[in-house]
Amino acid sequence: MSQPLTLTLARKAPRLSMALGSLIVVLMLTLPFLTLLPASHPLNLSTYTLTLVGKILCYAIVAVALDLVWGYAGLLSLGHGIFFALGGYAMGMYLMRQAAGAGLPAFMSFLSWDELPWFWWGTEHFAWALALIVLVPGLLALVFGFFAFRSKIKGVYFSIMTQALTYAGMLLFFRNETGFGGNNGFTGFTTILGMPITATGTRIGLFIATVLLLMASLGMGFALARSKFGRVLTAVRDAENRLVFCGYDPKGFKLLVWTLSAVLCGLAGALYVPQVGIINPGEMSPTNSIEAAIWVALGGRGTLIGPILGAGLVNGAKSYFTMAVPEYWQLFLGLIFIVVTLFLPRGVIGLLRKGEK
Amino acid sequence: MQPGEPLFTRQHEADRFRDQTDPVLMLENINVSFDGFKALTDLSLNIGVGELRCVIGPNGAGKTTLMDVITGKTKPQSGRAFYDQSTDLMRLEPADIAKCGIGRKFQKPTVFEALTVFENLEIAQKADKSVWASLRAKLNSEQRDRIDEMLATLRLGAERNRKAGLLSHGQKQFLEIGMLLVQEPHLLLLDEPAAGMTDAETEYTAELFRGLAGKHSLMVVEHDMGFVETIADHVTVLHQGQVLAEGSLREVQANEQVIEVYLGR
Repeated sequence: MSQPLTLTLARKAPRLSMALGSLIVVLMLTLPFLTLLPASHPLNLSTYTLTLVGKILCYAIVAVALDLVWGYAGLLSLGHGIFFALGGYAMGMYLMRQAAGAGLPAFMSFLSWDELPWFWWGTEHFAWALALIVLVPGLLALVFGFFAFRSKIKGVYFSIMTQALTYAGMLLFFRNETGFGGNNGFTGFTTILGMPITATGTRIGLFIATVLLLMASLGMGFALARSKFGRVLTAVRDAENRLVFCGYDPKGFKLLVWTLSAVLCGLAGALYVPQVGIINPGEMSPTNSIEAAIWVALGGRGTLIGPILGAGLVNGAKSYFTMAVPEYWQLFLGLIFIVVTLFLPRGVIGLLRKGEK
Repeated sequence: MQPGEPLFTRQHEADRFRDQTDPVLMLENINVSFDGFKALTDLSLNIGVGELRCVIGPNGAGKTTLMDVITGKTKPQSGRAFYDQSTDLMRLEPADIAKCGIGRKFQKPTVFEALTVFENLEIAQKADKSVWASLRAKLNSEQRDRIDEMLATLRLGAERNRKAGLLSHGQKQFLEIGMLLVQEPHLLLLDEPAAGMTDAETEYTAELFRGLAGKHSLMVVEHDMGFVETIADHVTVLHQGQVLAEGSLREVQANEQVIEVYLGR
């Protein structure tokens, strides 16, 4: 189950899958414009729904990123939340500077600081914020991955280490002295690139940016999966020793896909923050990262499309259940995980290709 | 050094009349111990260029450890290992050792189960194996032909698009041997290549190896004495991490010590 889903689908019904794919893309791109219709119109979409879908699409990007490392290279990360949150925080810094104008962000005034810490320098420029969004998660992943892969840490030990990483990050960001607003995080954003952040036009722009990023990550994922690089990753997952004795050095392969995945998560986080309007250390909590692994498992590992479905299904269900029966949501999530493990080892996508093996 | 380059150690015409050719692999006084247990003790072994050497010995004699040392998986406490006269194997990483032309087959057949038979061979095939090269790699027709040829040699032509995980045990053994061969190594280390094969498959494997000797140097670890008898011109007997005897199979079988420890009489 490396990359065959889309390959077989595309081979068996090239026109159908192409048509279906483009239809969904066109739908997603026109969806935000429905908010411009008058409220009485049957097709009208509230900005609340648009934001909700946008949020889920950000999660879908995380799911694709996680599938690249878990489904292909076999590295189960239970700490992808930290990369997501770091991207979000980098965007948040820019938004806070926009909101604060020439002064200091509000939470710093509360702490009676009189100047910006050095890591806030330059964050009033969008371009620098964008660089931080890519560089901070990327570098953290690069350094972490370098040492982890050099020491040949894999399997459950790797998962535990990633989990510890995100937990440490959460504790660090909870402190007020760290300079990121403590447990309140960042909120109260006003403008992005000079445009009011709650305006429908801005929301539409952010939504479209999210759809485009999701498509780009998916496209990149497929390109990688179909290349020899993708096959080598699958080989890393299945028999790393064999690969070494074939003359490959798995470290570089793992490090590239790991860093790429972290950067994608950072970008997703950066698009998530302006849409949701808040970022706090809760995003780094281990449960969030575990939930991301559930999206991938539910959708189907190593399929890239599956995890998007998984993220959509779980978060759709979450939105519904937290409104209908808020106290049972966690139980429901646990139940999904058990059912998937017992009955759907290949995920939802596995159902579609039942006859195959 | 890349496998495509010829070895420094050459086989001369006159080698046919000599007992021993120039060694492609030289092991000198190798010592390996795991937590006090001595897996290999002062082991010295030479493998001549183009030779087909069988290594036999009872369980725990250190046969697999010997392969681990040669391929860089285990670093010995002391001793020296040279490949092709000048390459010091002690200093190289396993991937680099594989790149300089030493191929290894595991005891348990190890193939990439989620990939097809063809893709398995594609990955193993001799090529630039860096990350960037893999991102852009495309098979050219020559490489494709070589894989097809190998599939025919392995009698796996009909299985080319099947997942390697679905092959029978014997077919996996053949596939792994094929993965070694497409690497074009100079020295092949084969750990029980005939285990779990049917009689016909074993016979075919023996034929395959006999064809390889001369072009390549082979070191085969095997338990099946019948198989050893059909392929080996030279046999080394290991016992408790030491070389007990070396010579033709007949000589070795006549050796009193060998009879004592190996055949348990």
